[in-house]
Amino acid sequence: MKIHEYQGKQIFAKYGVPIPKGYPAFTVDEAEAAAKRLATETGSPVVVVKAQIHAGGRGKGGGVKVAKGGAAEARQLAEKILGMQLVTHQTGPEGQKVRRLYIEQGLEMVTEMYLGMVVDRDKRRIAFMASTEGGVDIEHVAEHTPEKILTVHVDPTVGLSSYQARELAFGLGLMKYGKETVAKFVRLMAQLYEAFVKEDCSLLEVNPLVVLKNGDVMALDAKINFDDNAEFRHKNWKELQDKDEEDPIELEAAQAGLNYVSLDGNVGCLVNGAGLAMATMDIIKHAGEKHGVAPANFLDVGGGATQEQVTKAFSMILKSPKVKAIFVNIFGGIMKCDVIANGVVAAAKELGLKVPLVVRLEGTNVELGRKILSESGLAIQAATTMADGAKKIVDAVVAGGAK
Amino acid sequence: MSILVGKNTKLLVQGITGGAGSFHAKQMIEYGTQVVGGVTPTRGGEKFEGVRGGKVEVPVFDTVDGAVKATGANASVIFVPPPGAADAILEAFDAGLELVICITEGIPSMDMLGVRRVLEAKQAEARVAGKPIPRLVGPNCPGVITPGECKIGIMPGHIHKAGHIGVVSRSGTLTYEAVGQLTALGIGQSTCVGIGGDPVSGMDFVDVLELFQADPDTHGVIMIGEIGGGAEERGAQFIKEKMTKPVAAFIAGTTAPPGKRMGHAGAIISGGKGTASAKIDALTAAGAKVAPTPSDMASTLKSMMK
Repeated sequence: MKIHEYQGKQIFAKYGVPIPKGYPAFTVDEAEAAAKRLATETGSPVVVVKAQIHAGGRGKGGGVKVAKGGAAEARQLAEKILGMQLVTHQTGPEGQKVRRLYIEQGLEMVTEMYLGMVVDRDKRRIAFMASTEGGVDIEHVAEHTPEKILTVHVDPTVGLSSYQARELAFGLGLMKYGKETVAKFVRLMAQLYEAFVKEDCSLLEVNPLVVLKNGDVMALDAKINFDDNAEFRHKNWKELQDKDEEDPIELEAAQAGLNYVSLDGNVGCLVNGAGLAMATMDIIKHAGEKHGVAPANFLDVGGGATQEQVTKAFSMILKSPKVKAIFVNIFGGIMKCDVIANGVVAAAKELGLKVPLVVRLEGTNVELGRKILSESGLAIQAATTMADGAKKIVDAVVAGGAK
Repeated sequence: MSILVGKNTKLLVQGITGGAGSFHAKQMIEYGTQVVGGVTPTRGGEKFEGVRGGKVEVPVFDTVDGAVKATGANASVIFVPPPGAADAILEAFDAGLELVICITEGIPSMDMLGVRRVLEAKQAEARVAGKPIPRLVGPNCPGVITPGECKIGIMPGHIHKAGHIGVVSRSGTLTYEAVGQLTALGIGQSTCVGIGGDPVSGMDFVDVLELFQADPDTHGVIMIGEIGGGAEERGAQFIKEKMTKPVAAFIAGTTAPPGKRMGHAGAIISGGKGTASAKIDALTAAGAKVAPTPSDMASTLKSMMK
């Protein structure tokens, strides 16, 4: 789960991580008021107007602007940014609509750095990554100049050790700003580590982390992703969720307890199990690439889905206008084939089946499942294997005149 | 012969009185697995009933330690829900069990980081003392089965057939798919191991391949990976350096978009790392044969067998 920068900064503040003063704004009026308030509080008219969307690369896309002339200028910038379709390298070409702003005090910095944290799955440790190349696309740095990224891994039983933080501080060359700055950086890393663990983060990035003229170290950005598995112990996550930032169909699926990812193709897929669902997408693409046939979605109904969930899942596929044919691929283990068959039939009877449907059933209660489908009166093509199913689905789409 | 589990495996079921735990405990008993006890804190003293021929009664204990002492169990399977699952794994290893298989899906990574750290310390101690290495399979996995001898987990037993092919996989249903293909071709399996779809987990491809390579009754291996992480690449390195047995592989997620979690917590391409094509290239370079589609897993292996 992703959250906005201003929400991330509220979490930073809770752990004592130094951040600039700032206020979220949902309207142009609120933005102007926030700029006035900041001018009074800081004694400087300079504020930064920052678009709040979940994707990175906001600055380059024109979503972050500095207002040197005070509240009136901040208002003008807010008018421009609020409501714009912000396109960054992470949003895709259609961009993301800006619905929230963060108005922050402007600060003069002497250097910008990058500091990030992830769960390093290969080393099974939390890793800190730091680089002097701050404020830019860190993926670019990782690809072209990996030697500029410094890394330390933290032992979960003892937590972050001060020497590890010092290693990064010295590696970043912070001694040239004085030993106080080194100490401040070490303190900030300890605070971030505590936040990462206690808030169950899967990723945390500060880009840029800056050193100010007076030697202070400050987090100018905050990007936090949470580990979805830990939701049960964080009741506040529901409030932090911004549904506008999410794909409405994926959201609807998640509420029904289904794993769904929208894709660009034209074949709706209903599968049990994540691996089989991915493999089903792969085999459709493999069989249909030359004919313009590709998967329209990833959908894993899981091992323990009820008939209602299957009905819901199949309804979602039926309602999608881009779907020209549907492939149901089930290898029943815990999932029983009759449950799938009943769900498919219920949804098709309710909404009508207007596109070709290919079904491949295997595993637990397969005979019962096939019987339910054949007695339903629906126009269903049975497939014996995944390959057979993929071939039939491609033929069906081609026969229907897909491009 | 087989790896990890067999006729001599004496199993505890942690969470035996819960919905999933009781359902699958019954299935395992019916398959012939020696289920010697169950553990549910506060339910100690109760009896769990299963059917194998006639009625089978399994004692329930409050603690794993108590269960091990009373039954001589040497393995455990965990169906405990996510908030208590990491604790259940730690309890099992602390009671001295050599094999712990965690089925639970949805355990926070932060909990698993701690579990891994404790497990690595216990494994190091065992190596120094010359004792058997304690092993964790999963979490978020279907379990381990040696067909005809012992089924631990949630896989459908009836699709398997005893034989000489090892299967190791990050995906449950895709394992069933591979097993179904093998059995349809008349090829049996020595042991099938589901290592699970989580980013931080127990046994890796390398750990399982090492056991298959050493097992005289395993003659070839199907390895099923998916996008995310570097476990397949490390597996490929092992195949290149140490494997003499044929390995057929399949990697799911060639068409998965970057940055999206594809069902499994661990199945995500992030920062350009963990793509299917990088894994396929590494496996091909290591001498494994990668099936072009998921329908060809068994036939690809068959083409490599003498």
